[in-house]
Amino acid sequence: MKTLMTDVLVVGGGLAGLRAAIGAKRRGHRVLALSLVPPKRSHSAAAQGGMQASLANVIRGQGDCEDVHFEDTVRGSDWGADQIVARMFVNTAPKAVRELAAWGTPWSRVRRGDHNVVINGEKVTLTERTEAHGLIAQRDFGGTKKWRTCHVSDGTGHAMLFTVSDQVIKHEIEVLERTEALALIHDGERCYGAVVRDLISGEIFACMAKATLIATGGAGRLYRVTTNAVICEGMGHALALETGIAPLGNMEAVQFHPTGIFPAGILVTEGCRGDGGLLRDVDGHRFMPDYEPEKKELASRDVVSRRMEEHIRKGKGIPSRFGEHLWLDITLLGKHHIEHNLREVKEICETFLGIDPARHWIPVRPAQHYTMGGVRTNPTGQSPWLTGLFAAGEAACWDLHGFNRLGGNSVAETVVAGMIVGEFMADFCDDSANTVAQPIKLAEEFVQRESAALNTLLHHPGKENAFRLCTEMQEVMTRCVGIFRSHDDLQEGVSQLQRLLQKSRDIGISGKHSGSNPELVAAYRVRRMLKLAVTIAHGALQRTESRGAHFREDFPQRNDEAWLKRTLAFWPDDRDATLPRLEYEPLDVKRMELPPGWRGYGAKDYINHPDTPARQSEIERVRNRVQTEGGDRFALQEALMPYADHLPESLRGRNERLDEPLENNP
Amino acid sequence: MSRPITLQILRYNPQNAASRPRLQSYTLDKADGMTLFIALNEIREHQDATLQFDFVCRAGICGSCAMMVNGRPRLACRTLVNELPDTVVLAPLPFFELIGDLSVNTGKWMRGMSERLQTWLHAREELPDLRRIEEKMEPEEAEAVYEMDRCIECGCCVAACGTAQMRQDFVGAVGFGKIARFRLDPRDTRTDGDYYELIGDDSGVFGCMSLLACHDVCPKSLPLQTQIAFLRRKMVSQALQPAVAQTAN
Repeated sequence: MKTLMTDVLVVGGGLAGLRAAIGAKRRGHRVLALSLVPPKRSHSAAAQGGMQASLANVIRGQGDCEDVHFEDTVRGSDWGADQIVARMFVNTAPKAVRELAAWGTPWSRVRRGDHNVVINGEKVTLTERTEAHGLIAQRDFGGTKKWRTCHVSDGTGHAMLFTVSDQVIKHEIEVLERTEALALIHDGERCYGAVVRDLISGEIFACMAKATLIATGGAGRLYRVTTNAVICEGMGHALALETGIAPLGNMEAVQFHPTGIFPAGILVTEGCRGDGGLLRDVDGHRFMPDYEPEKKELASRDVVSRRMEEHIRKGKGIPSRFGEHLWLDITLLGKHHIEHNLREVKEICETFLGIDPARHWIPVRPAQHYTMGGVRTNPTGQSPWLTGLFAAGEAACWDLHGFNRLGGNSVAETVVAGMIVGEFMADFCDDSANTVAQPIKLAEEFVQRESAALNTLLHHPGKENAFRLCTEMQEVMTRCVGIFRSHDDLQEGVSQLQRLLQKSRDIGISGKHSGSNPELVAAYRVRRMLKLAVTIAHGALQRTESRGAHFREDFPQRNDEAWLKRTLAFWPDDRDATLPRLEYEPLDVKRMELPPGWRGYGAKDYINHPDTPARQSEIERVRNRVQTEGGDRFALQEALMPYADHLPESLRGRNERLDEPLENNP
Repeated sequence: MSRPITLQILRYNPQNAASRPRLQSYTLDKADGMTLFIALNEIREHQDATLQFDFVCRAGICGSCAMMVNGRPRLACRTLVNELPDTVVLAPLPFFELIGDLSVNTGKWMRGMSERLQTWLHAREELPDLRRIEEKMEPEEAEAVYEMDRCIECGCCVAACGTAQMRQDFVGAVGFGKIARFRLDPRDTRTDGDYYELIGDDSGVFGCMSLLACHDVCPKSLPLQTQIAFLRRKMVSQALQPAVAQTAN
């Protein structure tokens, strides 16, 4: 049996995994990364509009800081986020942008003087400060109080991924391209790496590591209409789930992006609306202000997507042979702006729709976009259930996003979590307590188990077709576990998915060779995807409230009293299991810096948590005390919810801004 | 109402000793908005589950699905079947290692190219203080760098390259594009002398025959013609400089 030994095994070649790999390597550890595809093809490349970081360089970002970013993120999450993690994140995001700038990312820059923009359908002239000229620029995005989204035109993820991937090459980090982790090697308490399959030769081998990182991105392909790449099948989620020990958190929290082009579901960035684009209906009417007078097109994604579907239900959609859609109008931004700041959008419209977005409206409808749920970790990125198992980025439930992620916070999370978790993995490897002898025997057992399972699958005379099962699953998810959910639909979804999961045990494969074989890959993946799908549907059925992207028509209120808690899903150690076991992890209002309230958009009624009023008055008292003592915003934050100890030492410290110069102290 | 299209696909599995290269035909109905991504997946789902091809983003931004469509390299995901004739030959990109059928190992070659050309920023400062305000950069400079940074390493330019057909060690337009990108970047400390060390020979910029098919087939419409010509002029003047001037540059 071939066995590769390393200190850190990174599963996934996107931004989170690669950035963590660099961190661990710089600390002197051996790092090995696995990637389904060449890393520069990872789905991180598809992030268009930008990355949130409170640099406050542009005039509309003035006054922005960690505090505002923190509050936007927590409100966006509908109070599902871990507020300690949100604090760690907002303080590191400016450092991440600046690190990428130092590594070569060509961030769009501020130009001094007047420029014309469109805000709320009106042409407005903004004047940028001379001293900001040449600093990194920010654009507007949904659910934010300030212009905070740093961008590289609308190819932000691509530019970031190429920067980081080139740094990986510089740091001589080996990436095993076209390999896939099939199972984690563990003894029930400690993770020792993974069983890996070479997707070209079919060879199965063990990669043993002190620390194993799951950074495999999202699971959008569980749905029929998704903006996600075809490799986003949740296989990292499945690795953890199938241990039966490490749970997934909040899998029912699935984000739908308002502007997938119709019907293909390809993303056009939120930057279109951030830069002034409008949503229109069959009558050409701009309908969002009717529903959301405060934020209009720029409410959070869950809210905008729901309003769009609601409007279509009222008969205001544009009919077409593929169904109904709405319009995204960016014609008012003008040709020059589109050609410079929205050029990917322009290319996508030209290629896939045959239209020029400077002259024509774009047909859009919400499409699955982001998996808030993932491998549940603590703030260091480690699974509290399986020592040595870490997760970062979309595959993790760290939990920065709670029940709804803000636009621009996902690519930001990838690099920020990569920075933070990379350091903690290095600490973990440095700790002599973790240099246990790696149990080769155990690895062999796991390799044999996986080989035998694949062999059985390959030669099983089954009746089911893997590709068709996958399509059926996607239909069920889109129909029953979508934007609007209800008991009956979810119950139907769960039963259908259970039925498909059972059928997936009888897949037959026509091409019997064990090497590069797309049918075999589809077969073992669809079984895992079905476990994830049923986990999402079951979690959604049990959660009898509406929070963020999880909306129950039969329980339209957010219910903090009963549901201010995270869902944890464990897969039972039973061959015939078709449902996960659910547990719940409560969120403690008494320790929150920002207790639950109205988000500033969306529904205004919710059921309060009994601890909320007390925490609110306590925060008022602390605020008054700090003000009397002449404390600044940092003193107030520290008094409300200290978090700095949670950050790796190398990443602590304040962030400098034009209006907030950094004292010459550490 | 719908018209059929026939895809003749070059099938070959180099891992299987019994496999011989052959054209295999598949016929399916065209539909509005159907791309080769949709068509090939439909074939795999309903006609032949063994067919190998690569797609990732299916939106023209990741560069995975470059293949020869009637003899011309292009991104399959951005190719609408309605714009194709009724019979189309699909073949894998030449030059790159074949994995099977339409799947080639561009990633392996691109990593080698990156290592060789050191396609990362050579910054003045290894670890800047990340708490401090970032270094300034002119907005136009950032835009110019991004223009070249849009390369998706799909391999179309190399597949279309006359020199690459003859020299396996040629770095191709993708390589020149990278060098041009870092050369444009004011944050990179390398001089033309340094770049000359990397591409100042026949496997580099002097191997280019200026056929410029790379420019014509680039799915991102990168200004390869201008950049290669400019790079070559700069490298020629490097070659003509005395050694002393080179080091002082």
